[in-house]
Amino acid sequence: MIESLKHLPQARSTNEALAEQFTDLAPPLTARQAAIEAARCLYCYDAPCTRICPSEIDVASFIRNIHDGNVDGAAAGILKQNILGGSCARVCPTEILCEDACVRNHDAEGQPVKIGLLQRYALDNMRFADHPFQRAPATGKRIAVVGAGPAGLSCAHRLAMLGNDVVVFEAQDKPGGLNEYGIAKYKLTDDFAQKEVEFLLGIGGIEIRYGCKLGANLQLKNLHAEYDAVFLGIGLGASRQLGLTGESAPGLTAAIDYIAALRQADDLARLPVPARAIVIGAGNTAIDMAVQIRRLGAEEVTLVYRRGTESMSATVHEQHIAKENQVRIRTWAQPEEVLLDASGRVRGMRFEKTRMEGKRLIGTGERFEIAADAVFKAIGQSMDPVGLSDALAKTLERDGDKIGVDAHFRTTVPGIYAGGDCVAPGQDLTVQAVQHGKLAAQAIHHDIQSKAGSR
Amino acid sequence: MADLSIEFCGVRAPNPFWLASAPPTDKAYNVVRAFEAGWGGVVWKTLGEDPPAVNVSSRYSAHHGKNREVIGFNNIELITDRSLEQNLREITQVKKDWPDRAMIVSLMFPCEEPLWAGILPKVEATGADAIELNFGCPHGMPERGMGSAVGQVPEYVEMVTSWCKKHTRLPVIVKLTPNITDVRLPARAARNGGADAVSLINTINSITHLDLDRMVAFPAVGNASTHGGYCGTAVKPIALNMVAEIARDPATHGLPISGIGGIGSWRDAAEFIALGAGSVQVCTAAMLHGFRIVNEMKDGLSRWMDEKGYRSIEDFRGKAVPNTTDWKYLDMNYKVIARIDQEQCIGCGRCYVACEDTSHQSIAQLVDAAGKRTYEVIQDECVGCNLCEITCPVQGCITMVPQDTGKPYMNWTQDPRNPRATSR
Repeated sequence: MIESLKHLPQARSTNEALAEQFTDLAPPLTARQAAIEAARCLYCYDAPCTRICPSEIDVASFIRNIHDGNVDGAAAGILKQNILGGSCARVCPTEILCEDACVRNHDAEGQPVKIGLLQRYALDNMRFADHPFQRAPATGKRIAVVGAGPAGLSCAHRLAMLGNDVVVFEAQDKPGGLNEYGIAKYKLTDDFAQKEVEFLLGIGGIEIRYGCKLGANLQLKNLHAEYDAVFLGIGLGASRQLGLTGESAPGLTAAIDYIAALRQADDLARLPVPARAIVIGAGNTAIDMAVQIRRLGAEEVTLVYRRGTESMSATVHEQHIAKENQVRIRTWAQPEEVLLDASGRVRGMRFEKTRMEGKRLIGTGERFEIAADAVFKAIGQSMDPVGLSDALAKTLERDGDKIGVDAHFRTTVPGIYAGGDCVAPGQDLTVQAVQHGKLAAQAIHHDIQSKAGSR
Repeated sequence: MADLSIEFCGVRAPNPFWLASAPPTDKAYNVVRAFEAGWGGVVWKTLGEDPPAVNVSSRYSAHHGKNREVIGFNNIELITDRSLEQNLREITQVKKDWPDRAMIVSLMFPCEEPLWAGILPKVEATGADAIELNFGCPHGMPERGMGSAVGQVPEYVEMVTSWCKKHTRLPVIVKLTPNITDVRLPARAARNGGADAVSLINTINSITHLDLDRMVAFPAVGNASTHGGYCGTAVKPIALNMVAEIARDPATHGLPISGIGGIGSWRDAAEFIALGAGSVQVCTAAMLHGFRIVNEMKDGLSRWMDEKGYRSIEDFRGKAVPNTTDWKYLDMNYKVIARIDQEQCIGCGRCYVACEDTSHQSIAQLVDAAGKRTYEVIQDECVGCNLCEITCPVQGCITMVPQDTGKPYMNWTQDPRNPRATSR
């Protein structure tokens, strides 16, 4: 449970009633709907949906397979590029990726093919007797993967497929990373993250060890010495600070921690739910937080962002979800002070209005307060400093606060690779992490094999 | 408003839309509903010898398109499975109740003159306007020496037609089978036999699809199937060609033609009429959507005729026949080149890959700095094949633009590249 919110009342509803609030946000397509939608695909050549897909899924091909009744073929085509295609179908911001690129957005039609839902249809309805991919002959190589999130799992799967044995070290007691702990409950329902990992592990050759946290009970230098290669898919474990006094006061917490508690709760009715909440941030996590706390029963939820809606990293689609759930979005205001009551608990927040002066964001001097029983910060994640604290880890070159890698996801230390949110390239998206893991696995395999070959 | 009424080989009808001999015209109940809906006439489902035919269960199958629209339709149903007496009684009553509508009676009997001599007075007695000889049914009946088994032998066509002309004063329409190499031969035979008109096409031998688990075609009758007759929108191009072949054949010039085959809209009907048909017959479209479709067909045809200034069907009937010719008379100097309207282009790349893989490599894919694809026609390479225009999903985005070559008309018989040219 979230320590800083334990003074708040519990949700005023039953677990069953609350569970109704967390059913599929975008329900799956029926066979009939999938047929109609698949028929809309023009089977473009050099298709823009595929060009924009971070994991390079051949969209036109899998949709044609769905249309032709070859659902397993469609699923295999997706999974070949993206072994976590099922969760990506649910959490990808398709509205800024494939569906935004779809040629049927053209003014004459303005309605893209529902690619995300079709992808989900293929993967929900595949009927493989065995795992769809076979392992190559054993290489005898063992690779350590740190982090069982999308990047690590994708890397592990591809490495196993190429004939290597993989040990995945995971700090939590469940695999899946943000799919398990960090995505809104209504986006990945029915324990999907676990089912997907179970499917992924079906290829064989992958062992996951839980409770192994890098920098705590796991040292990079040991992994480097014991394994043929190491892949770091450690994500961004630390929530950024607002940098205000009162940041550790009861009532203030990181959105990501609350979402994790919500995702793991056996009884939603026992979650602490403020009557009035403030969410600071403008990303998809901020929206997920605001909408979920509304659905748990918070009466007033205000999302505050220091710039305008056009600068929000949450997509228009996500902003729309927030509005549909009566989340108030307040822009052009920055946090100034956490307001505390006599007992030192959060009672609200004071903000200063902002505006642009040239290219600089400045405070206008005008202030206002919003009363709230809880404040959730969703202003981004950063590297957990504990993770890369051993002597070898400290030698890894950084790119900003992230791990520096080359085009093949090699760090500056030979034999150590990294991908996913903990490296700089790309956006912090699940699909991007999957692609990193896949490409890193190919690089690892190639590097090991060419080294072996040159001996 | 344009006048849609017609007189077809002496048969008058308020409009050219007739229902073809088939399940929709099987009995009085259906035909009355059709007349109430506004159809100009019907060809009553084929009568034969008593005892009537017996049908199997599971009779139709279809070739579906991408959106489950029916592209083609297939049936293994035989001629009427009701008694001759019952059909004749109903025909008499319906014609009496609907005197302004065309009532054609379709007939199929073995090739024995006395049988025809016996039935024809009975048909005449119903008050029907004409008879149609079913020489086209391709399934079931040919195995018994009737239907297309007759239609495929011009001598039989001529023989039976002449018997009918001898034994009835009613106009005789001969329905032709498309399951033949050259449709002009049975059409000529029909004329030689004295036919007042021909109607075409009947259905085409077909198997639409299979159940790949059971390894049996559709429609499945138990664990077996048989070929049926194909109709519906897919056969329209075949029917149009056959109508045109007869319309422009000097041996059958002026012979009235009732056009049949995949007609589902006013535009389809107008096309058959432009190639010479004096009436059109519809079946599949009505079977899929009901008799109400005649409203849109009449309305659409009428409005189009008004727009074009055609006051009657005769005003445009056959207008496209002179423009339908042999390949050798096409203008070798005519040239079109594709033009892509970049405003309308949605960037699907289908024209590019089609031309690149299967045609003349006449479309260039240009990629700008932002990765945006643009497709442009390479004018010097384009042969004007129309493939890009056909595969483009946006109607009107690609047009084929006639080029001014400055050269006069020159057909293949005049072309110096033709080693067998007749005139140089």
